[in-house]
Amino acid sequence: MSLFAAENLTCVRGGRAVFARLSFSLEPGTALFLLGPNGSGKSSLLRMLAGLLRPISGRLTWAGQPISDDPEAHGARLHYVGHHDAVKPVLTVAETLHFWARLHGGDSESRVQQAMDRFAIKRLADVPGRLLSAGQKRRVNLARLIAAPAPLWLLDEPSVALDKASVKALEAAMAQHRAEGGLVIVSTHAEIDLPEATILRLDEFAAPSQVAA
Amino acid sequence: MFGLQNPTKFLKFAKLVGPWLGGSTILLIGSGLWFGLFNSPADYQQGETVRIMYVHVPSAWMGMFAYSVMAIASAIALVWKHPVADHLARGSAPLGAAFTLICLVSGALWGKPMWGTWWVWDARLTSMLILFFLYLGYMALAGAFDDPERGAKASAILAVVGWINVPIIKFSVDWWNTLHQPASVTKAAMPSIDPAMLLPLLLMGVGFTTFYATLLLWRVRAEILATRIRNIRLAQIHAEGA
Amino acid sequence: MTRFIELLRRELRLALRQGSDSMMVVGFFVLAVILFPFGIGPEPGILARVAPGLVWVNALLAAMLSLDRLYQGDYEDGSLELLILTPAPLEVLVAAKVTAHWLTTGLPLMAASPLLAVFLNLDATDLGVLLLTLAVGTPTLSLIGSVGAALVLGARRGGVLISLLVLPLFIPILIFAVGAVDAASHGFPWTGQLAILGAILLGAVPLGLYASAAALKHAAE
Repeated sequence: MSLFAAENLTCVRGGRAVFARLSFSLEPGTALFLLGPNGSGKSSLLRMLAGLLRPISGRLTWAGQPISDDPEAHGARLHYVGHHDAVKPVLTVAETLHFWARLHGGDSESRVQQAMDRFAIKRLADVPGRLLSAGQKRRVNLARLIAAPAPLWLLDEPSVALDKASVKALEAAMAQHRAEGGLVIVSTHAEIDLPEATILRLDEFAAPSQVAA
Repeated sequence: MFGLQNPTKFLKFAKLVGPWLGGSTILLIGSGLWFGLFNSPADYQQGETVRIMYVHVPSAWMGMFAYSVMAIASAIALVWKHPVADHLARGSAPLGAAFTLICLVSGALWGKPMWGTWWVWDARLTSMLILFFLYLGYMALAGAFDDPERGAKASAILAVVGWINVPIIKFSVDWWNTLHQPASVTKAAMPSIDPAMLLPLLLMGVGFTTFYATLLLWRVRAEILATRIRNIRLAQIHAEGA
Repeated sequence: MTRFIELLRRELRLALRQGSDSMMVVGFFVLAVILFPFGIGPEPGILARVAPGLVWVNALLAAMLSLDRLYQGDYEDGSLELLILTPAPLEVLVAAKVTAHWLTTGLPLMAASPLLAVFLNLDATDLGVLLLTLAVGTPTLSLIGSVGAALVLGARRGGVLISLLVLPLFIPILIFAVGAVDAASHGFPWTGQLAILGAILLGAVPLGLYASAAALKHAAE
């Protein structure tokens, strides 16, 4: 049985069917690449996988259990990185990471240190969010992935605002996560190296132009 | 509910029932007005002004009834996500607000000869005034979003929260009113009903209800069609973009 | 519970460092009340008569001021999505937000009211009852206000809209709170009104938390 699977997902946004009958299944340690033009529903799919958006039909299962049975358990097993970085101007990098790690249910000093090491923001630990550049904020957001462990990573355009070195760090983090049996689902326009990832083209699931009342 | 949550079936139903409702509205309100204006006694205390009651009281009923329809339809829309329930709630709000406004204005017109002033803080009138603001808030929220779906969901939650609060507001206003009873309103606000007054009042009451139902059907019909037009346009925009 | 405390700590820290709205809320509250002697004349008798109503009406308006920021910042910077995905009932996190709002708004308003009692010639026992009504009534304002703040996320002109949504719902609190102080100043029993305020608060806790959480989930869809 696969670990994380989607069956026949259909997404309707603003009266328009964005994609329909989308299915996939993932084993531990695998990765999924979401590709597709603007408006093909990459962000909507990631939000759906996170449980923020409810599919109009179809279902999502984790180890065979529908995720809608226990949304909190699903929240505990995932990290979602969206378009915004959730960095408060007056909180320092370390405070931000500790806060989200504790809210996620596991906070250890060593993991937060490890996370800051991984994304090269250790020297920024005491810097408040308002002084950070866009790329630094993005790295703080990505460091959440390491600061509290969770098997499922949902990354929406994670490489936006990142320099080459930071993209490399992200790739290394994803490789290690997969080696430990984690799952990674990424949408991107840019080049991110994700070896042996399954590719899902969302335009292939585009719903025929139909009118949903 | 007879498959009426399906927009297409609802449109058929509206086409079938609409003319009957409209016809009975004309008959009921017509006969109610005739009895009310020409064929019922004047009140021994209030004189001819008592005839305002035949508009004032049914519109007060409808103002409250429409709010209940709105809240119940909102609850159904939130729980079962029936698209027609959303339209019913949104269609009911301006109608209820209009009835509430008619109630307030006719109350003021009645108050001037009776109490010598356009407005008194009578418990019933005050409650209707607050109800009017609840309607305004609902309509403002429903129209404040670029995405109509988001507006529908937010205003549905507001309608349910408001509905739970209505009895509390009513209770508090009644309590407040007994505390501050002004000397000029010691008489009962409503005259004791003569049987000859009861017939036109009931006719008007039922007539206002069918009037409301007719308008509501029309509004929901218009909303369903507007949604379809919007969806066709969206489909065109995205077809061109692809 | 740890998540409740964690979020509450973060909210208070944010309020403290951002030079919170609390000072402005209290400033508005005091200033708005001070306007009334200019508007209706400084006779001590009249001021004492209307004092409970004045303080309460202005407390309602002042509490509105900080409401539109309650969820707006989290909504804009993506924190709201992460809060919703937190493995805990969203109602618990809403409770932390509401508590933080009350600590930074309701509590400072209470702290400022003795000063206003002096300005308005309100005597000490009436002030005591006024403080009790504020203590029981202002948490309800934060709870109902939280629903309004969550509903207007993403709306045009959200700030003005909140007032239109929640002020009518505040009327019962205003009536019973002022009723209690008025009764006390005339030497009548006033605990009944206070009990009703308490009952409204008890009802507002589940309603406010549940409705806010539902509205936040819809806002983040």
